Amino acid sequence: MTAPLDVSGQAMEAQPEAVLEGVGGKAIEGRSLGQIAWIRLKRDKAAIIGAFVVVFLTLIAIFAERPFGGLIALFGDLPNVPHNNLIDPMTSAPKAGWGGISLEHPFGLEPVNGRDLFARVLSGAQISLLVAFLATLVSVVIGALLGVVAGFFGGWVDTLISRLMDVFLAFPLLLFAIAIVGALPDQALGLQGNGLRISVIVFIIGFFSWPYIARIVRGQTLSLREREFVDAARSLGAGNGYIIFREVLPNLVAPILVYATLLIPTNILFEASLSFLGVGVNEPQASWGGMLTRAVDYYQIAPHFMIVPGLAIFITVMAFNLLGDGLRDALDPRAR
Amino acid sequence: MPGSDPPGHPGRTIVVAFIVRRVIAAVLMLAVVSAATFAIFFLIPRALGQTPEGMASRYVGRDATPEAIQGAVKRMHLDDPILVQYGRFAQGIVAGQDYSLGPKKAECPAPCFGFSFNNNQPVWPTLLDRLPATLSLAFGAAIVWLISGVGIGVISALRRGTLLDRTAMTVALAGVSLPIYFTGLVSLSVFAYTLGIFPGGGSYTPITQNPVMWFQALILPWITLAFLYAALYARLTRAGMLETMSEDYIRTARAKGLKESTVVVKHALRATLTPILTIFGLDLGLLLGGAVLTESTFSIQGIGKLVIDAIRGNDLPVVLGVTLFAAFFIVLANLIVDILYAVVDPRVRLS
Repeated sequence: MTAPLDVSGQAMEAQPEAVLEGVGGKAIEGRSLGQIAWIRLKRDKAAIIGAFVVVFLTLIAIFAERPFGGLIALFGDLPNVPHNNLIDPMTSAPKAGWGGISLEHPFGLEPVNGRDLFARVLSGAQISLLVAFLATLVSVVIGALLGVVAGFFGGWVDTLISRLMDVFLAFPLLLFAIAIVGALPDQALGLQGNGLRISVIVFIIGFFSWPYIARIVRGQTLSLREREFVDAARSLGAGNGYIIFREVLPNLVAPILVYATLLIPTNILFEASLSFLGVGVNEPQASWGGMLTRAVDYYQIAPHFMIVPGLAIFITVMAFNLLGDGLRDALDPRAR
Repeated sequence: MPGSDPPGHPGRTIVVAFIVRRVIAAVLMLAVVSAATFAIFFLIPRALGQTPEGMASRYVGRDATPEAIQGAVKRMHLDDPILVQYGRFAQGIVAGQDYSLGPKKAECPAPCFGFSFNNNQPVWPTLLDRLPATLSLAFGAAIVWLISGVGIGVISALRRGTLLDRTAMTVALAGVSLPIYFTGLVSLSVFAYTLGIFPGGGSYTPITQNPVMWFQALILPWITLAFLYAALYARLTRAGMLETMSEDYIRTARAKGLKESTVVVKHALRATLTPILTIFGLDLGLLLGGAVLTESTFSIQGIGKLVIDAIRGNDLPVVLGVTLFAAFFIVLANLIVDILYAVVDPRVRLS
């Protein structure tokens, strides 16, 4: 990632991070870290494409359902409406060729019951992004707090939290998730059905992936706490809480943002895997993983039914990965 | 003082002390993991308001009568205090345990990983029965991904910025963005169903029965599973190589006139590989506890498929057994990697 900046200044002073970006010993004038990152990000075509896709998908998910727009019904169909008349009863595949793709059903029809795939993919996007965002939020909150506490206080607190991270990273996460969902009662916390399932999945994913954030935050805190501005705050009489929340954490927004962006695609894949294995979101609610489970039985007669949700997962996860990689390159002052 | 260990006894005692320490840590870890597993199965459902009867119904299978469920609560001691239950559970792993099945008694010899009331047999023999399929899948794939992933990563780093590097990294990014069941289904659809080159899903044969069929049936699963990990390892290796190649000691090695191949292989690659081996140990340990997604996609009757079938059949003892089994594998893999690490890299055991 070579991103030489326009060089206009002369002196080697101020902005130590910015100086690192100078090419051939020349320094840059008056650009904040954020501006530098923005300039670098804008030059990264892949990251920009990723960002556009991410924004586009998020908007689709927000405006999918009625109160905000009803994009799901853009082609006049709802996710759970069967069209048995369009299905060949002999093969269970859609009667029309190409999986029943037409103007009314741009992504084709599901085998057996003929539900509209466009509506189901959009409905699945909602679930997928909702679970991924919420789970990431959970792990960012836990991870940032524990990470900053471990790095800031050091000593036995650090040892304890670091060991805890090791334990969590060593757990067979997928199996644990399967086990928790399997051992779960049908009704709990005043929730049932998919409401309960989704809450539990968000909790499991978030609760087991906080160490990824905590590790980064801890490492950064270790070096931040030695910096002059922390000493300055302390000599002015600031307490630990003030230093952590007002001095240290604001400086960690960039790395947290990067790793949160990179955690979202992992969480999307995780939710899809759980639904694929039948321990995630339940029918009739559409989910990308759940659609692929059903596709296992029909990929020979209706390959489109496998390709549509598969591509939905692929495009979404790839977009988040491109954006996350781009953000990391742009925000990391050491990146070359 | 890294690397200054004299090759005599002092170094060896340090290694032994290190190994003992790690083994103790691993045993503690196993205790933590088994307690956590137990909590998932018995504590969390109770905390969420599940009654002992409700829990029992998940252990005796789908169509149990109320009397059978009451009996199961008694037999499994589900109404005991939770610590007593954990004590019995831990004891079963070490010393075995008996389950009463109405009039008869069923033995579950040590290590008792639970007893499946669905098919009236202990879980442990089933686990052993399913292990070879999972081992075949995991080790075969591991060989493929380690060679291809690290190879591509090194070449990409050395030819940085070229078309080759950019293509490889784009493919790798796509690789980590594709769910394995999707690539698996696509490859089944193309290579098994349309082209007919490889056998389709569910054709796994034990190597003892027919080595040729074993190999043929595993080629697609190996490649599919390895593709995901190779992509991951290529990205890791490339990043690690780029970082190492800019270190001062690489410049020193070049400056003293070493051949470029020696610099790359002996100095750069070795330093890059150590952290990757740690991740490799974890990944392999994780897979040995059941490659759940791959086994379900290709219908390989391994441990991962076992757990999914058990969840669908409401056979929770099997799920518990597999979870515990998998956790043990991960702890074991971690231990082996730690020890290998200490033998290879003297800095580790001194810190």
